[in-house]
Amino acid sequence: MTAEVESHTVAPAPGDTWTGKFRDRVARDLPPDKLLPDRQPSYVASWIYVFGVLTIAALLVVVATGVVLTLEGPEWYHISDVGHFFNSLHFWSVQLFFIFMVVHLWGKFWMAAWRGRRAMTWITGVVSFIVSLATAFTGYLMQTNADSQWITFEAKDGLNAVGIGAWFNVTNLGQTMLLHVCTLPLVVGLIVVLHVLLVRKRGVVPPIDAFKNEPAAASNTAEVTS
Amino acid sequence: MPPLISAALDNPATYFSWGWLQISVGNLIVILVMFVLFILALVLPFPGGHDDGGDGS
Amino acid sequence: MSKTKKVDPAAAPWQGPWRKYDILKEGVIALIVVALLSVGLAGIFSSPDEKALTFQGWATSAPENFFATTVGELAGTTESAGYGPPYNEGGDGVSVGPLNMQKLMGVRIPVNPADDFVITPLSSSQQSQETVDALKAWKDASADQQAAWATAFDDAVQATADEEGVLDLTKIEKGDYGPVPVLAGALTDMATSGAYDGVLLAQDPNGFYQMDHTKQILFMGDGSYLDDFGTVQNLQGNTWGMMNETGSYPGQAWLWLYSFWYQLPVFNALDDADPASMSAQLTASADALIFYIMGLLTILLVLLPFIPGLRSIPKWIPLHKLIWRDYYRSIRG
Repeated sequence: MTAEVESHTVAPAPGDTWTGKFRDRVARDLPPDKLLPDRQPSYVASWIYVFGVLTIAALLVVVATGVVLTLEGPEWYHISDVGHFFNSLHFWSVQLFFIFMVVHLWGKFWMAAWRGRRAMTWITGVVSFIVSLATAFTGYLMQTNADSQWITFEAKDGLNAVGIGAWFNVTNLGQTMLLHVCTLPLVVGLIVVLHVLLVRKRGVVPPIDAFKNEPAAASNTAEVTS
Repeated sequence: MPPLISAALDNPATYFSWGWLQISVGNLIVILVMFVLFILALVLPFPGGHDDGGDGS
Repeated sequence: MSKTKKVDPAAAPWQGPWRKYDILKEGVIALIVVALLSVGLAGIFSSPDEKALTFQGWATSAPENFFATTVGELAGTTESAGYGPPYNEGGDGVSVGPLNMQKLMGVRIPVNPADDFVITPLSSSQQSQETVDALKAWKDASADQQAAWATAFDDAVQATADEEGVLDLTKIEKGDYGPVPVLAGALTDMATSGAYDGVLLAQDPNGFYQMDHTKQILFMGDGSYLDDFGTVQNLQGNTWGMMNETGSYPGQAWLWLYSFWYQLPVFNALDDADPASMSAQLTASADALIFYIMGLLTILLVLLPFIPGLRSIPKWIPLHKLIWRDYYRSIRG
């Protein structure tokens, strides 16, 4: 028999505190076996499903190689073979990042993966795509070479034409660099985390017409022969 | 690590043109890789996963 | 009367069979695969790095063009001089009907090409007595007098062009050009010597720690040097350049749709087209129009789950039958 709490006050019910409410919500929506699952519905059996994790893996390589580049600054790769190699790693991992992301996007479209209250999963995915484009763009501006001179010169016209250029000066290397190295990766990371948590919370979308052979009931208790 | 074929990539690109459509070999390869990966992902059989017959625990 | 709530079966927790899955193992394998691919590609193909262009390079390889561009800055006939906001009031900027966001935002990055690119750099560096006298004559003159000299000399310089547009500065006709020829010559000499690159960079307001290269990009873009680089590397907007990289490297394939609009003839009217024509007007506003088009398409992509028709395409073209063929087979059985 556990000892009774000798106290004048009663322990607060979870609903009484922000913390309690939040903790209960997290525990309900993302219990450990949902957060770190070791099983998936049987329909999650196609190579198309690996492109989400491949995109994240590529993003990690992009960030890691980017961090190495920050250690020596944006001009290191012009004068150092090691620096140039890390620039190459960063360049190719970005190519891989977009290749895998696009294949992941195509797969999710043809699966209509927004079904079953998964609209926010789709939306966070597309938004992370857009922010990734902006991040890559600032990266291209940071090259401190002739290509970045050209891109800067051309891009200013597009941004000036819609008024953005007055606030985001593509020719200001300091502004560009801080956005690329600090602000935008944080935003990308945040949106990707939200996106993945939504996938974990809702589960992988079931097949289209998965319940066609079901009675009209909403439940999906199909007896499946393996 | 000395690059092996990089000298070739520093030269001007080869372009494929069909009318107003023009694409560099590098970009064409990237786009073809995307299509190939997508198609393979759809058609290649996915291994394993038949061990759980009934409701999972 | 009981309320029957329509439940979306796709939202319900899965009650069917499961298969074994290892999320951490999958993540580690993916990371190793991508790392190896990156190392392989980097090791074999390296990455592009075309050395940055300099004013010294421009003035050395194309001194007539540098000279002529300098004159144009003083005369106010260059793209920078007539750009408008955010740099100056030299033009109205790009409008789409009544909407002109460029003008609305105002001049937030002030650039006066004549002063910033020519007069101030010459004034802040050691120059010959002839140049010092020319600077004094320019600064003492009224704005109208400056314009008269510079415009006359700009016209005279451009008049020496042959059929291909190649200038011959030895054939400039005599006229009343004030100090302009000396100023342009002095700036060209300064650029050729390499001094101009440093002096322009070290100008106020940031001086020593300058990271804002607005003046450099605008001035260099006014001439042929940067433009020729863009053409040689096939980076011009109307040849799908937005997607391309220098050398033979893959570029930004993901910009294909943004780049696409710049290829349409309506956004590519020739310079001598009738300004009142639809294609000339669309071309003049192309940067804004295309940005708005891409913005709209992006919004459509974000909100796809809510757009009838578009969101039904996966049902009409059933690629999903390939993806989930094992599952469909199992429930049919």
